[in-house]
Amino acid sequence: MSGSVIPTARRLLASRLFLTLCLAATTIAILLLGALLVSIAIEGLGSLSWRFLDSFASRKAAQAGIKAPLLGSVWVCAICALIAVPMGIGTAIYLEEFAKRSRIKRLIQLNVSNLSGVPSIVYGILALAAFVRFFGMGSGDEPWTLGNPESFWYLQCPLGPSVLAGGFTLALVILPIMIIASQEALRAVPQSLRQGALALGSTRWQVVRLVTLPAAMPTIMTGAILAMSRAIGEAAPLLVIGGFLLVFQTPTNLMSDFTVLPLQIFNWAGRPQEDFHKLAAAAIIVQLVVLVAFNSIAIVIRQKLQRPLQS
Amino acid sequence: MTQPTTPEQPLGASRVELPRGESETAARAPSSPQTAISMRGLSSWYGSNQVLHALDLEIAAKQVCAFIGPSGCGKSTLLRWINRMNDTIPGARAAGMLSLHGLDLLDPTLDVVDLRRRVGMVFQKPNPFPKSIFDNVAFGPRLHRIYSPTDLEELVEQSLRASALWGEVKDRLDSSALGLSGGQQQRLCIARAIAVGPEVLLMDEPCSALDPRSTASIEELIRELRATYTIVIVTHNMQQASRVSDATAFFYEGKLIETGATDLLFTNPTNRQTEDYVTGRFG
Repeated sequence: MSGSVIPTARRLLASRLFLTLCLAATTIAILLLGALLVSIAIEGLGSLSWRFLDSFASRKAAQAGIKAPLLGSVWVCAICALIAVPMGIGTAIYLEEFAKRSRIKRLIQLNVSNLSGVPSIVYGILALAAFVRFFGMGSGDEPWTLGNPESFWYLQCPLGPSVLAGGFTLALVILPIMIIASQEALRAVPQSLRQGALALGSTRWQVVRLVTLPAAMPTIMTGAILAMSRAIGEAAPLLVIGGFLLVFQTPTNLMSDFTVLPLQIFNWAGRPQEDFHKLAAAAIIVQLVVLVAFNSIAIVIRQKLQRPLQS
Repeated sequence: MTQPTTPEQPLGASRVELPRGESETAARAPSSPQTAISMRGLSSWYGSNQVLHALDLEIAAKQVCAFIGPSGCGKSTLLRWINRMNDTIPGARAAGMLSLHGLDLLDPTLDVVDLRRRVGMVFQKPNPFPKSIFDNVAFGPRLHRIYSPTDLEELVEQSLRASALWGEVKDRLDSSALGLSGGQQQRLCIARAIAVGPEVLLMDEPCSALDPRSTASIEELIRELRATYTIVIVTHNMQQASRVSDATAFFYEGKLIETGATDLLFTNPTNRQTEDYVTGRFG
């Protein structure tokens, strides 16, 4: 009736074999990453200087810098974060804490899940129609404007290929990721805490504001870090909406022309001259530093939020 | 109809310090037990599954009433109708009459937020918020009214004293509630419920996740709180029911089989099923 006994030695061997496989996979990943970093460092470190950070693009490699894309990235990502993070958290709170089980909720949920898998270039096409051209409304005519192009609060509609349009575009790209990450975080908050707060006479909003959201915030921030890391590295959707490859000014208002680091890297890496490849490598190093800085800030925020949770 | 403040309940607008004043307790104590919660023909369903069958029961004010019965007999469901926590469960509904001092608890327009201020609840598993000990106790009061810092400190201290936790935590009110032991956490949850100033305390198997020593301290606390609050406790532990309660109601498969004074019900049950259950022959 019962099966034959598997010898312990064989089971131990299988266990060791599996461990070896895992180690091998990790080693290969680290080696690849290391090789990439080292080759970029060798190629790019020589071009890295204060002048490189503080110069605009140029046809001469020796004079070219990344002032415009660096600040462009900062502007676009800041706008993106300001839009996508609160909207993502808000949507997640609605879906998890308020929406009753209904067909509409299921439909929204399904769409959010599917949207997170849509290639980012598709969002670029949508953004081009919606934000940049405003569905062709008033095309041919002068755009509707508020203020003059020199003022810092200048706005126009359609937005054109502006910093604001870029921020909106990236917000579209990361919104589904942000929503799903926030939903997971809210779902991880034990139901007993919500029940406890309700039993004390909390309204549903008080439960969210005082218990659920504070408990979920560290995990939501982790999701925001990942989402923003994605946004900062996006080139394709911004290329579609008409992000510029050569910009000779830094953004002064929301309607300014812009370029971002990934676009600049794309531009330089595609040129035949060897010198520009070195510049591309240097820009990649800057991009990595920005990314690490970004994540560190988010980690610090997370630690601050997490402290009262630990005993 | 919603009743933000009931005239006979002095813990409404005028209360600033501890929920229940001494004088009020004294004024009421000598009279024969008043009915706090009463139900007539109360039935309840989850979807199409009927879990409570036409219950008739009166629960006396300022006494401890124990609900006993095997798992799935509906005692927790009944408990959760008294503070309408069943509202959070999709498909839960009830019919019949259930009232607290004349207030219709099944009224769909009832202000459940105000009801839960009057009816506190302690859960099976201690569920302190991931906040400081002070903030846990101050959580409920802060929801309902604005306190001056000194009033709030006093209220927190009195609530912690009432739940016999003050001596153990008075030097670390600002440290996390999650650092307390299970028994301490449960007493903190009781303090948190008391701080809101309820008339009724519902306890859903409050000791089932605790060790015997913590259980003993909670039981002692329940006996002390009886002077001030109407307490309804769900328990699986027969000895616990006989130790802490004045009255006991035995449920089986959603029906109320027998109810009466605890000492009578345990020593001289009139119903065969009750006898079998309390003597440990089934359940």
